[in-house]
Formats: sequence, structure tokens, C-alpha cells
Amino acid sequence: MSEEMMEGEVVKKFMYINRRAPYGSIYALESLEVVLIGAAFDQDVSLAFVDDGVFELKKDQETAGIDMKNFSPTYRALEMYDVEKLYVSKESMDARGLTVDDLIVDVEVKTDAELADLFDDQDVIFSF
Amino acid sequence: MKFAVQVNEGPYQHQAADSAYQFTKAVLEKGHEVFRVFFYHDGVNNATKLTTPPQDDRNIVNRWSELSEKYSLDLVVCVAAAQRRGIVDEGEAKRNKKDAENIAPGFRISGLGQLIEAGVQADRLVVFGD
Amino acid sequence: MSILHTVNKSPFEKSSLDSCLKYAKGGSAVLLYEDGVYAALKGTNMEDKVKSAAQGIKFYVLGPDLKARGIADDRVIDGIAIVDYAGFVDLSVESDKVSAWV
Repeated sequence: MSEEMMEGEVVKKFMYINRRAPYGSIYALESLEVVLIGAAFDQDVSLAFVDDGVFELKKDQETAGIDMKNFSPTYRALEMYDVEKLYVSKESMDARGLTVDDLIVDVEVKTDAELADLFDDQDVIFSF
Repeated sequence: MKFAVQVNEGPYQHQAADSAYQFTKAVLEKGHEVFRVFFYHDGVNNATKLTTPPQDDRNIVNRWSELSEKYSLDLVVCVAAAQRRGIVDEGEAKRNKKDAENIAPGFRISGLGQLIEAGVQADRLVVFGD
Repeated sequence: MSILHTVNKSPFEKSSLDSCLKYAKGGSAVLLYEDGVYAALKGTNMEDKVKSAAQGIKFYVLGPDLKARGIADDRVIDGIAIVDYAGFVDLSVESDKVSAWV
């Protein structure tokens, strides 16, 4: 385990893997709520957006017509919570015809092979 | 070894709640510790005592309560997810001016921080969902 | 570091197994349970993919979920180990972490 003691607290590497599109189900929104609450715990947090999870970051979301809350701006606010490691699967974006220009927030694009290494390096994996 | 279990789906609709129960029971029977079972998303519906399945079907809610009783298992329901879905304990009923509560024995409602804490404290987090 | 990947979706309906296999590195383990057990069957159009992945990854399937679905052990691809819930727990202990492809 890559745990280290910092000020008496165990710091773990948390990876949130987001694989669902927004609005069709609540997973994307409620997983973001976990990330926001979790930010207060000072763990080493990363978010990965793979499969349909890349659609969470699509810019220009307009939800008035479906009477649901547009939570996509919150991804831009993550930086204020010191959640700065956002990774997006290149293959998942390619498969869905998306480029970084389509995204609402700055991310690091990684290949699936790079993401596999990253997942391996974590202590805890949250799946949404 | 210390486990944390996350349950993301309600009872009966998906097998996730059953699998989570069978896994948790197996963990305990093998002598490991379960730090906490955390119910999130529709998983909070595992905690309603108003569930009344047919006589010849398993009672998923009672099963959790009994497991909690036997092993002093900490069953935590996410408050934000519970409020959305109408899972209410006495405190929540008072706070939100509801005229009823429906939380089953052994469950308690608390914040998402309990899930993060479980991730920090446990050696393994195992997620069940759909 | 090794991961136990869990897959609970039929590969004929959802792409969870495909996703899992994109990220499962050599030396890791995959447990097929719930409707995921259908990926463990011989004679399906998934068999070649599973067998090829099984060269570097160890596959397990949950026996109670097989039985519930009327699948005899001899229908399971050779080399995929059948475990019960206690075995699921052991696999979680032996791996460094568990990743659920829900």
C-alpha cells in the first residue's frame, strides 16, 4: 500500500472512475457529490472519465428543457476543492467523436494503457 | 482484514443488494471485520422497514437488520440520497417536517463523509451496483 | 499491485466486460458474477475473447450465480475457476484492491 503518514493522518490514493453519461441516470451527479464531500478529507484524489463518463464533461449542457439541474459547471469548481487530477480516456473520447475542445474543463488525456497503470497505482477505487 | 462494502442499488430490482449481502455475510463468517456497509444511490431503499415481500420470498431489509444485530454491523444510509428517495429516521422526520419515519432497525442515516472514512479506514472497498 | 476486477453484466447486453478488459493488466484477476457469469460459457461468441484475455488474466466465476441460472460446471470454459462467496472474499483479500465494473 502506498500509504504514508502525514500529520498523523493516513493519506490514500482515491480513484473515482466515472463511466456513465449524465441525466439518463443519477450516478454521475451523485458521484460528483461524493468527490466534493471527499475533498474535505485531504486524500490524494483522482477522477477518471471513461466509456460514457466522458459525456459528463461535454460543454454547452442546457437542461432547462428536461427540468433537471445542470451540474456540469461543478466540474470547473473542482479545482477550488484541490481536486486537480482529472483524466479522460483517449479511446473513449475517440469512439464518441469528442475532442478536448468539447470539454467543459481542462483534463489530462490518457490512453487506456496509461489509465490501466494509473488504476494499478491506487489504494481505493470508487466505481460509479 | 477490514472491509467496507458499498451498495448502489435498491432491493429486488437488481441482484446487487443480494450479492452485497451474501458477500458481507461471507466476509463476517470468515472472521474478517466489516468496518461499514454504506448504502448510496437507490441502495438507500434497502433501509425501509415498510418493505413487505411475499411470504415465500427473502426479506432483504430484515436480512440486513439481522446481520447487523448478530455482528454489530454498521449499516449507514447516505443522508442526501435518502432525502431524495424518502428514507427517513426520527431526526430527519423532525428536521424536514415529515409525519413519518421508515428506517429499519440497525440502519442509521449519516453523511457521505462516512463513505470516504470507510475508504480510508478499510483495507478493501467492495462496490455492488448495476 | 494487483486488482480484482468484478463484472456483473452479461457481455451480450452490456459492454462492462469489454471495459474491464481494456484496463485489466496481466497478473490481475476478473470475477464474473450475477449476469456476468454468461461470459464464462463455452460455445458463445465471447469465448475466444475471454480465452485470449485469460492468457494474462486469471478468470473466476461465482458458482451460486451459475447454478441459479441453470448452468452446469462443465459448460464453463476450461481454466476458469468456480468459486463461492467465501472464495470471492478470499480473492478480495489476495488482491490489493477491488474494482467494480458496474
